[in-house]
Amino acid sequence: MPLEQLVQYLVSGLTLGSVYAIVALGFTIIFSVTGIINFAQGEFVMLGGMLSYWLLRGVGLPLLYACLLTVLVVSMVGVALERLAIRPARRAPIVSLIIITIGASILIRGVAGQLWGKDAVALPAFSGEAPVDVLGARIAPQSLWVLGIGAAAMVGLHVLLSYTMLGKALRACAINRRAASIVGIDPQAMSLFSFALSAGLGAAGGIVVSPLAMMSCDSGAMLGVKGFAAAAIGGFGSQLGAVGGGLLLGVLEALGAGYLSSSYKDAIALVVLFIVLFVRAHGASGERA
Amino acid sequence: MLILGEGRGRLALSGASLVLLAAIPWLGNAYYTSLAIVIGIHTLVTVGLCLLMGYTGQVSLGQAAFYGVGAFASGILSATYGVSPWLAMMLAALATGGLAYLTGYPIFRLRGNYLAMGTLGFGIIVYIMFVELDEYTGGPSGLSGIPPLSIGGFAFDSDLKYYYLVWAFCLLGLLTAQNIVRSRIGRALRAIHGSEMAAESLGIDISEFKVKVFVLSAVYASVAGSLYAHYTTFISPQPFGMNFSVELVVMVVIGGLASIWGAIFGAAAITVLGELLHGFGELDVIVFGLVLILVMVTMPEGLVRGVLDGLGRGRGKDRERSRRWWWRYLRLGA
Amino acid sequence: MPTPARIPSFTSRRSPLLITAFLFLLLSSLAAGLVGCSAAGKVEPYKIGGLFAVTGFNSPLGTPEKETALMLEDQINKAGGINGRPIKLIIYDTESDETKAVNLAKKLIEQDQVLAIVGPSSTGESLALVDTVEKAQVPLLSCAASAQIVQPVRKWVFKTPQSDSLAVGEIYDYLKAKSLTKVALLTSSGGFGTTGKKALETAAAQAGVSIVASESFGDKDTDMTVQLTKIKGSDAQALIVWGTNPGPAIIAKNMKQLGMSLPVFQSHGIANRKFIELAGDAANGVIFPAGKLLVASSLPDSDPQKSVLTKYAADFQAKYNKNADTFGGHAYDAIMLLKKAIEKAGGDRAKIRDAIENTQGFVGIGGTFNFSAADHNGLGKGSFTMVKIVNGEWTKEQ
Repeated sequence: MPLEQLVQYLVSGLTLGSVYAIVALGFTIIFSVTGIINFAQGEFVMLGGMLSYWLLRGVGLPLLYACLLTVLVVSMVGVALERLAIRPARRAPIVSLIIITIGASILIRGVAGQLWGKDAVALPAFSGEAPVDVLGARIAPQSLWVLGIGAAAMVGLHVLLSYTMLGKALRACAINRRAASIVGIDPQAMSLFSFALSAGLGAAGGIVVSPLAMMSCDSGAMLGVKGFAAAAIGGFGSQLGAVGGGLLLGVLEALGAGYLSSSYKDAIALVVLFIVLFVRAHGASGERA
Repeated sequence: MLILGEGRGRLALSGASLVLLAAIPWLGNAYYTSLAIVIGIHTLVTVGLCLLMGYTGQVSLGQAAFYGVGAFASGILSATYGVSPWLAMMLAALATGGLAYLTGYPIFRLRGNYLAMGTLGFGIIVYIMFVELDEYTGGPSGLSGIPPLSIGGFAFDSDLKYYYLVWAFCLLGLLTAQNIVRSRIGRALRAIHGSEMAAESLGIDISEFKVKVFVLSAVYASVAGSLYAHYTTFISPQPFGMNFSVELVVMVVIGGLASIWGAIFGAAAITVLGELLHGFGELDVIVFGLVLILVMVTMPEGLVRGVLDGLGRGRGKDRERSRRWWWRYLRLGA
Repeated sequence: MPTPARIPSFTSRRSPLLITAFLFLLLSSLAAGLVGCSAAGKVEPYKIGGLFAVTGFNSPLGTPEKETALMLEDQINKAGGINGRPIKLIIYDTESDETKAVNLAKKLIEQDQVLAIVGPSSTGESLALVDTVEKAQVPLLSCAASAQIVQPVRKWVFKTPQSDSLAVGEIYDYLKAKSLTKVALLTSSGGFGTTGKKALETAAAQAGVSIVASESFGDKDTDMTVQLTKIKGSDAQALIVWGTNPGPAIIAKNMKQLGMSLPVFQSHGIANRKFIELAGDAANGVIFPAGKLLVASSLPDSDPQKSVLTKYAADFQAKYNKNADTFGGHAYDAIMLLKKAIEKAGGDRAKIRDAIENTQGFVGIGGTFNFSAADHNGLGKGSFTMVKIVNGEWTKEQ
């Protein structure tokens, strides 16, 4: 029984953690290429969940098309954000840029609230709801989708960054913008692409987690904070770190709720996060991957 | 160069402004007075945060925690334990300062985004405490029956009286901040901001100073929180969460990170903006986000600097300076 | 090498106080200008204030409340108003923020000169207003649930929703009838959940119920399998969940996922279609106390509430093309109570207050109201009815 409990906690934690990991990846991508912390990251996830629902139920598209179209549209939102709000202010102090992304998150949340109302919505589970048995713990099949998408995102990013020209250009920008522009890479285009990529990734995360977690127009805030925390654990520039941080955060929350107290679980997870951060602060900050 | 003269001219002007400030409750109706009180309280927190952010060059996303500790400590001591409100306020400030001192050292080990995360997490943890320790705080249903502040038999229980009380505190806080900025401590802090390595080589103990500013900002927030509690006589954890911390940062930046007096402006702007947006009905949140973006894009140095630059009073060198500041900040953020 | 930077100077020589005072004045006069032009119409309407959380985390409560209020304003005015005079609703969005609620209340009272205030939507906001309305002597009809709002009784504060203690009583009575004595609690950490938890704990001993496990979840949490696993391991015979959407829906799904067959009772917080929509199949079997609005059509014709309920549901559906829910119902009750009071007392705040306090036998959405000087809620045992979800529909449970 205790082992089954532990496994159940771990599975729940990993599911939660994958969502945080996806959000954290989004933070990391934008940060490493542009140096900006995009506080609207959580809203991309929310848009993914809400837009896909509307396309499915409101417009009547088949599930697959609704999902693909959603990822596309939200990527465009990311592009719009970069072009209209970030780029004009690129010479501003970092703090002002952060405020701009905060303003953007408020704006996106408001628009979503107007378009789709305040209620929560959930996509239907992709492959049914019959729970899967794993070592005595019962997982919703949708959790496997979430874990799967998270893994796919990580692998896909790795391939992109290591083996394609575009990826190398992104990494060059992340390492040193000026040097990158000297060798002919356009940092502005890279910045644009990083926003599009993060937004699309976030949307994918929102889509795949919506049957489990249910999305409403203000779901983005909490996700953004937790993703930010996960990215912090992993070191802001590292993809692997972002995923690891997300999973760790999710598992900590689950274990904290299970073995200590469900009321304080967020506090417990955060305290452990602090310990990790302080321990790491003694060494290098490890941002530029 | 700017606006109006120096020396006696400035003194006269400051005097006129003070008269104007004192006259505000008589100019509008009672509703505006209550709005002005809230602006005053927010200004007090904002000044403290402005000192912290402007000097350490770091973003703190957890200031609402100190605001809340000040409010709850003062509220609980006076409502539940019958301590005199003034004493409660002082004890609260001490407690908050102590909390800042203890958490300051570990938090300032972090830098840049990690520090931001650290402060954010700190704010969330404190908020959870407010909600969960409900035998003391009343949990989400809050704490009521907080006595108003009073001197002798004279109780500050009307908006009019409270307006003067709050703004007296505000002006005191602003002048104190101004003094600090111009003092030896201020110079040391600016040296740190300029280059930590250089400052250290001059013998300045960096962490010491950063923690001191942290504590100071916490005390500002605590006093403001206590004023809030004794004004509304009912508090719940809701105003002390992450949303308000973010709002405070926005107030600081809108007013201008480099400007103490801009804090009044930032606090006023954000509060009044909410008012102005009532006309938009359902769309007010959207417009708020839009306005925030537009203001930051067009006036990244904050409204005060932006408006004055716009009026042609800015110095040409300022633009140069601001670019450097950003560049340096980017490096420092690592 | 980073260039030696010049820090923006704190010692600016501008006259900051002048600028700031001037601009503050400018901004506030702008605000005044936008708000200032109040109706100087021919017939002075009865002005009623409304404070609803239309945005922010309480918006699922505030939105239907505002919609209902507007619908009723329309209906009342079309029918000739009150004693020939129209009513004018001045509604502000509190944004689920207590400080704003207090300020806006002051605005309604001082600037807009309303006769009474309907709302706010949440307990926290309502408690924050108590001092303000008591001092200003303006009647407040809160649409928030906690019994704390009217206990201790304050002269000017009333509330229309049923108290959570009533809901708890219904559940415990049901449990007693089925001989279930050991319960596990899973409550939200927000206002609604914590007051519910307190009510559950207080009434447990007297009802012969023992609480063997108590877990909590956050309103924004996305997975409760951990808490449920813990409860699964306890010897609880029934589970009581207390929260508002989407948490309870997620819990229902999680329970199905974990294969838990424990009888589950929920609160009136799930008394809307959304719960069934979100939880899907997992909603079936859930039992909860609900205002009679949910099962209006299956009530016997002899039930005094039936006609009021069906009319409200039909009107709301016609106007907004969605189902009416109990939150909107709270606003309905508040406004109609106020209408009756104004009919009797005219445009005098103190007289209106007295009229409300003396209202007896008022049939509303939440139940039949009987106010008194000691009871500013007016609702009793019959206001809730136990409902079970069967095949995605609400059925009355005996």
